[in-house]
Amino acid sequence: MAIQSYQKPDDKGYYGKFGGAYIPEMLHRNVEELVSKYMDIIYSASFQKEYNNLLKDYVGRPSPLFLAERLSKQFNTTIYLKREDLNHTGAHKINNAIGQVLLAQRLGKKRIIAETGAGQHGVATATVCALMGLECIVYMGAVDIERQAPNVARMKMLGAKVIAATSGSQTLKDATNEAIRDWINNPTDTHYVIGSVVGPHPYPDMVARFQSIISEEIRWQLKEKTGSELPTHVIACVGGGSNAAGAFYHFLDEPSVKLVAVEAAGLGVDSGMSAATTKLGSIGVLHGSKSIVMQTEDGQVVEPHSISAGLDYPGIGPLHAHLFDSGRGIFLSATDEESVQAAFNLTKQEGIIPALESSHALAGLHQLNLTDKDVVVLCLSGRGDKDMSTYMKYVDAE
Amino acid sequence: MSRIQEIFKHKNSNVLNVYCTAGFPKLDSTLEVMRALQDNGADLIELGMPYSDPLADGPVIQASGSIALKNGMTIANLFKQLKDFRKEINVPVILMGYMNPVLQYGFERFCADAAAVGVDGLILPDLPQYEFETEYGDIIKKYGLDFIFLVTPETSEERVRQIDELSSGFLYAVSSSSTTGNEKDFGLVEKYLQRLQNLKLKNPVLVGFGIKDKQTFASAAKHANGAIIGSAYIKALNENSNVKVATKEFLHAVLG
Repeated sequence: MAIQSYQKPDDKGYYGKFGGAYIPEMLHRNVEELVSKYMDIIYSASFQKEYNNLLKDYVGRPSPLFLAERLSKQFNTTIYLKREDLNHTGAHKINNAIGQVLLAQRLGKKRIIAETGAGQHGVATATVCALMGLECIVYMGAVDIERQAPNVARMKMLGAKVIAATSGSQTLKDATNEAIRDWINNPTDTHYVIGSVVGPHPYPDMVARFQSIISEEIRWQLKEKTGSELPTHVIACVGGGSNAAGAFYHFLDEPSVKLVAVEAAGLGVDSGMSAATTKLGSIGVLHGSKSIVMQTEDGQVVEPHSISAGLDYPGIGPLHAHLFDSGRGIFLSATDEESVQAAFNLTKQEGIIPALESSHALAGLHQLNLTDKDVVVLCLSGRGDKDMSTYMKYVDAE
Repeated sequence: MSRIQEIFKHKNSNVLNVYCTAGFPKLDSTLEVMRALQDNGADLIELGMPYSDPLADGPVIQASGSIALKNGMTIANLFKQLKDFRKEINVPVILMGYMNPVLQYGFERFCADAAAVGVDGLILPDLPQYEFETEYGDIIKKYGLDFIFLVTPETSEERVRQIDELSSGFLYAVSSSSTTGNEKDFGLVEKYLQRLQNLKLKNPVLVGFGIKDKQTFASAAKHANGAIIGSAYIKALNENSNVKVATKEFLHAVLG
């Protein structure tokens, strides 16, 4: 019997009806070069050796799988936290940044560009570029530069040039536009490190592969702790969807494992201030792939809202669009308020301050009818240091 | 023979295509701008449909699109404005835009409405070759529209030939691998255009990106059938709110 795999897109980059490479001709050569070379390069012995050594000794992998006992008791179930927050630079983003920069070196590229929203992907990319001695330019929305000052300072100290995207709404979507334009203008010496499972083929597949280390580790770690590789649920937050893609990857073709994606509802799905793409979006083309996009009836992309800058994106990776469309994934959403409450709860119960992004996954726990028979793995994608000023506003308000 | 092919039959050098943004500078300026372009010597008009995320455009054109969107321009509004435009405008008109608004409008409905009002061709830079061949190309042809693909200095000879086969009307040669409005060394551009010229392609070639005045138009037109001006004209409209005067002065400076 032929079993459909959710892991791999077809050779044109489609997951079901989502994906592809909707790019202007000016990007064709660069994207085609990636398509023709990425698999050979990343599965070569020398790449694997260097990548795995850096993940181990530089990032600190494997990241622990922690049994959160007091949190489990609250939900009358068993909850493990996959501690991506303990990675160097504080989030899962570094897994992909290392992979892509190593790839760029092997393609002979001298100049690295990236987009960033909250700054986590920008910091991760700037970090790897500092390590490798490569020029790094990070595009960031002018509005995000204002609200994420600590990460802007980190990138600058790491030697990256941070360029403000002043077009459009001046946030992540516009930073992505500016990064793509930079790549168009610098077609030979530059590699664009996209931070999520979005963009034209092969980016969604490539980024998912670099993040798949998360679920690869979960399988053997869970086996050590419980005797079984398979949990009943894997939960992760989804903006573009890179930590979710990594946490789901090696469970995509295990039908017994429920894959739970939690989007940012902002002030509420129907408030007009939300980033819950699967609830509010429709099929469209954004940043080079066909997916689900938040847009007006005239096809203009709308600016989403989330308290979490990392989830403040009006699209979703094509893999996730397919998981949603096919019913393989369970898509929930959590509001700003619910997520902040979940962050304070985790801090109180387990002594872990989560990133606002990861707090959405935690808030999703309330919406699942979990029992004592369930074994839940929740991807704690990042730590909350960058979000302290937001959290303190809530403390001060009380 | 399409209206675009007709132009090149009668004029195979120094063909001037000027880009303007629908709904810019004012919502109802679209026709006034098109009239002014025709009256002052534009051979073709490329009419941009504004989009929130125009990846292949530079900052000047994006800013004009943002203004047009604020003015309330939509594809539906545009077709209303264009309903009777063929009564007064006889130069070929090409709609340029991005896939997302067109998909949202309905791809076939878009082609049908475009053809019905008298539009001649389409430029959709983010419609890829594969999707054109498998899904959209037949719809475009069904409504008799020309489809213009882009080529760049990075496009291989083999690919240029494939794209030439798929295109009709003309080929849009990007003069440097850059978003519109960038200034690059024109010597390199000439070499690239010579290379294209030597391929003896089926379609005429118009050069776009970075052309702004008499001198750059002349250099571009030397090794191609003509050129496309975009950002420089939008800048002229930004500097002078009188569309007629701004267009006249600008085109006289280019063609004069």
